[in-house]
Amino acid sequence: MAARKLNLKERYSLLTRDLDWEYSYRDKKEIFPYEDFEGIKITDWSKWEDPFRLTMDAYWKYQAEKEKKLYAIFDAFAQNNGQQNVTDARYINAIKVFLTGVSPLEYQAYSGYAHVGRQFSGVGARTACQMQSIDELRHVQTQVHAMSHYNKFFDGFQDFSHMHDRVWYLSVPKSFFDDARSAGPFEFMVAISFSFEYVLTNLLFVPFMSGAAYNGDMATVTFGFSAQSDEARHMTLGLEVIKFLLEQHPDNVPIVQRWIDKWFWRGTRLLAIVAMMMDYMLPNRVMSWKEAWEVYFEEAGGALFKDLARYGIEMPKYAATAIAEKDHISHQTWSTFYNYGHAAAFHTWMPDEKEMDWLSEKYPDTFDKYYRPRFEHWREKEQAGERFYNPTLPMLCNTCQIPMGFTEMDDPSLIAYRQSVYQGERYNFCSDGCKDIFDHEPEKYVQSWLPVHQIYQGNCGGADIEKVLSEYYRINMGKDNLDFHGSPDEARWNAWHNLESAEERLKKAG
Amino acid sequence: MSKVYMALQDNEEAHYLVEALEEDNPDVTVDYQPAMIRIENEDRLVLKRETVEEKMGRDWDLQSLHVNLVTIGGNVDETDDEFTLSWN
Repeated sequence: MAARKLNLKERYSLLTRDLDWEYSYRDKKEIFPYEDFEGIKITDWSKWEDPFRLTMDAYWKYQAEKEKKLYAIFDAFAQNNGQQNVTDARYINAIKVFLTGVSPLEYQAYSGYAHVGRQFSGVGARTACQMQSIDELRHVQTQVHAMSHYNKFFDGFQDFSHMHDRVWYLSVPKSFFDDARSAGPFEFMVAISFSFEYVLTNLLFVPFMSGAAYNGDMATVTFGFSAQSDEARHMTLGLEVIKFLLEQHPDNVPIVQRWIDKWFWRGTRLLAIVAMMMDYMLPNRVMSWKEAWEVYFEEAGGALFKDLARYGIEMPKYAATAIAEKDHISHQTWSTFYNYGHAAAFHTWMPDEKEMDWLSEKYPDTFDKYYRPRFEHWREKEQAGERFYNPTLPMLCNTCQIPMGFTEMDDPSLIAYRQSVYQGERYNFCSDGCKDIFDHEPEKYVQSWLPVHQIYQGNCGGADIEKVLSEYYRINMGKDNLDFHGSPDEARWNAWHNLESAEERLKKAG
Repeated sequence: MSKVYMALQDNEEAHYLVEALEEDNPDVTVDYQPAMIRIENEDRLVLKRETVEEKMGRDWDLQSLHVNLVTIGGNVDETDDEFTLSWN
């Protein structure tokens, strides 16, 4: 008699759950030492369900297929001088932000999932985390490969991992993941799998990648969607984690809610840079940050939290503030980077007239009223040869580490400013969300490595800011930083396309 | 009522998946965006292996959906024959 073919559920069960064993000569607590201290109560790990019943053999098969497709496109892109076919060299700066700010997070995720994939005593969770860990390693590798091609033709890509560990704005993403990885395993899962992957990463990987395609960047859209095809699995893991924790014990509900509140807020702050990339750094725009936010947070997140209401879970605490911020956040973030364009490893610029009109149309309630006048002023100064750079070092929020430039939502002309005093020291925050996070765990956040404090304390190569930027951060001064106009990137791009620079046009006209 | 959704890379194989989704979910909305196709439906969206095979004219393993999938929203249920997204 021929053996009956096993169905998906049976195969999954035999190839994952069945690989676990009983611990006969060691205490379980000794093997899984991190499982209890967060207060999460698990009564029965066997209730864990993986909706994607992907076994290791199928995993390798499909991942290999994804890689073959991906590398075929990388090859085609490189062989056909794809770097010349993007819409505009300004666009490449979004990719520099991606490589220095996002790709190293993939590596942090790899490491984080390898850790929790060892620490859970439930075999279903361990298997899912191990697969995700391998996915994340694939993501960082494919991203570095894809962007290494741009490194041959543009400035600012050369030292991404060195910069990630040091540069002021990169401490925002770095500290986000450091915070998650130094939490317990369940908080890590709620932080990264649920709050970040499920609720927020679509905003980065879907509309932004679609935007990359729209700007002729075949390499980026391909690694983006290839990564996102794994994210679909990661998101499902995030949702499963939440449902599992909530079903295991009612005592878990308030703990999980607090983590959701915290990590939703940490995540929205982190995504401020994506908001800016979408609204200011894509010459061909697919949708505004605000529109993406409405589709991927308000609509999709709304459906999700409605589904979770039966467990007693509510919308994240500061969701209303985050929703109000959709009209402001990209403009305020771009302003900050424009101010500190001399201290960044990518170029900034003022939008041209057509781009400003697009922003007015997409942000009818805020752009003309609050941001356009400021931008026109800066553009005039630039045209007069006095491009504005802010020479001071900004105060940073002690939690999210972003310069204190965000405003109150009921008064967009007033910088939001919160404080807490802990053991006689004063700490500053950009928002109620960030202050709450600090107040709940001050022992953790007093240890924040704040780049501006570190510079002032002399820990970044001394008192000379020029040297901090060039030697400690390794920014190639005059090449990687400053305005796009007048940059070597712009000159090379113009030479490829026989274009004249703005300066040359001005000379001729004069 | 909440919407579930799925986004696929815009490629040859995905076009058959979209045809199958349209057949099995008559009220589905299909939105073609740069490089991707977003498919959404009220409450529930089901992709059936059998319908896809009929459209493609060959055998197709439901798990190879992963190769072209960009993102999803909704609770997943997956068997050998059907991939379902739903909200409770």
